[in-house]
Amino acid sequence: MTSPAQAAPQAPAVEIRHRRRPVVPYILLIPSVVALLVGLGYPVYWQVVTSMQEFGLLQQFGAPPTFVGLDNYVRIFTDERLWIVVGRSIVFCLVNAFVTVAVGMGLALLMRAVHGAVRITIQIALLLAWATPMVAAVTVFRWLFDYRTGVVNYLLQNVGVTPPHGGAWLSDPLTFFVVASLVIIWMSVPFVAMSVYAGLTQVSEEMLEAARLDGANGGQILRHILLPLVRPVLAIVLLLQIIWDLRVFAQIRLLQDAGAPVSETNLLGNFIYELGIGQQDFAGAAAVSIFVLLLTVVLSAPYVRSLMKEDAA
Amino acid sequence: MSAATTSPVPATDGASAPGTPTGVELRPAPRRRFRPGKVLLSLLGIAVALAWVFPVYWMLLSAVTPNARLRSTTPTFLPIYFTTSNFESVITDGGFTKALGMSLMITGVTLVCVLVFAFFGALAISRWKFRGRTAFILAVLFIQMLPAEGLFIAQYKMLSTFGETAPMFGLNSVLGISILYTAMLIPFTIWMLRGFVAGVPAELEEAAMVDGLSRTKAFIRITFPLLAPGLVASGVYAFLQAWNEFTTALVVLPAESKQTLPVWLRSFLSASANQGINWAEVMAASTLIAIPVIVFFMIVQGRMTSGLVSGAVKG
Repeated sequence: MTSPAQAAPQAPAVEIRHRRRPVVPYILLIPSVVALLVGLGYPVYWQVVTSMQEFGLLQQFGAPPTFVGLDNYVRIFTDERLWIVVGRSIVFCLVNAFVTVAVGMGLALLMRAVHGAVRITIQIALLLAWATPMVAAVTVFRWLFDYRTGVVNYLLQNVGVTPPHGGAWLSDPLTFFVVASLVIIWMSVPFVAMSVYAGLTQVSEEMLEAARLDGANGGQILRHILLPLVRPVLAIVLLLQIIWDLRVFAQIRLLQDAGAPVSETNLLGNFIYELGIGQQDFAGAAAVSIFVLLLTVVLSAPYVRSLMKEDAA
Repeated sequence: MSAATTSPVPATDGASAPGTPTGVELRPAPRRRFRPGKVLLSLLGIAVALAWVFPVYWMLLSAVTPNARLRSTTPTFLPIYFTTSNFESVITDGGFTKALGMSLMITGVTLVCVLVFAFFGALAISRWKFRGRTAFILAVLFIQMLPAEGLFIAQYKMLSTFGETAPMFGLNSVLGISILYTAMLIPFTIWMLRGFVAGVPAELEEAAMVDGLSRTKAFIRITFPLLAPGLVASGVYAFLQAWNEFTTALVVLPAESKQTLPVWLRSFLSASANQGINWAEVMAASTLIAIPVIVFFMIVQGRMTSGLVSGAVKG
């Protein structure tokens, strides 16, 4: 355990100690900074460099790479296959993010409206879904939607609905994405519902009572009191959801194992994986990766700003 | 992997919610009246809870049902054919034990590194003002948003380069992937611990020093014990992330014998696909991976949302 061994402090009126030339914080930051530089900094640097190099067969066998500027970007971003994947990823991301936030908001309002035992039952159910590891969750959904003995097809047939594609949900891109969305929504809604619900509990009963005495009905209370109050929370969870849903890779990869048409169900992450690990086109994969990182940084800016505000508060 | 990346702060009770009058309550709270609308909402609530819990229930149920039963086209909805044999087959499967060992080693190394490094970092940014502090915090906040999917190609190449000179840091190595996990988790953990460190007033330490303790002693005796809950919460969070991580593990641990549990589960499922998947065993395996996570998750879940919300509602 090292700890600040410094001269006697000055007036200890503030939390943060002022020193003329603090050395200790820099020493304390060394391990973190080194780990970040090795684990993330260097890979990002490598990606920037590699995305501007010719990385063909010759280089695989040890020839020095040649600098080609933005050629890789031009090559990749003029390929219509990439734009099909980008479009697919954006649509998938937005649909999932908005549905997740809408359902989460609905469940938060429902939790607010029901009594103790029911509310706790809902919360436990949501927590269980939230806690389930992603790999386990996707595996369970594969089992639920299994074409021959899956329980979903059984239940649908029992209520007289014919399952699509004879129950082989994962064999067709459209129904494949329905299952993928169900997994993601099932896993993501709890976080949204709990966050929004926590925001809703900030409304005091007295305020609502006062509004009711003034003759406000449920709809007006929702529109004029509850919604304005949780708008900041909603904005942030929607943003986070968009960022997370844009990079869905593992869920798709795991569902594709069931025999889905890979090229028609790939999203951005899967595209990078196939380009880099599959086809060994490291320059192209690096270029797409840079694109994904830049997109993430741009999208993250408002969220980071709100965290900084919280830090200053 | 994306669990909730929020910024937990020590949970506050709702008593300090804005708008709560601090005066004396003059009249008792109104008694709830019985309304039929409430009953309908409660029924809807129970239906939602059942729907949400169903996949988890189905996993547990299938795990304790003989596979022969699962292969019939009429599912059983209750554990009437209860058996533990699926768990036995999974645990005696050599692959599971190997993957469990890998997962434990990787999460162990990652946990120690993350907690020590992030603790120092949190201490630095919450106890000192120094040149570059804001820049560091900004960098940390942006870094925690970077997706593994945008980095794994480079990390794969980096580790394979390491492996040429030092195999213990290369692909398929515990230390190699632990470096990546440590880097991935440090930003969030610093942010999480920062709240806890800030919650321990420096005055407590100062007071102990007035009583004659050295700064080091004051820190170890006074501040550190107060930080323990924060370290436990952050540690559990980091454990969950490393234990569940799939994408990076899939890429940088390509050897069959070096898989972590999540990646092993995928192979286990694919391997049994040839003879018609043994769903009972696959569900038992999923359950074994999920149980520790669910238990630990319940311990820290309160911290997952409180910070985000308190930050967002203030404005």
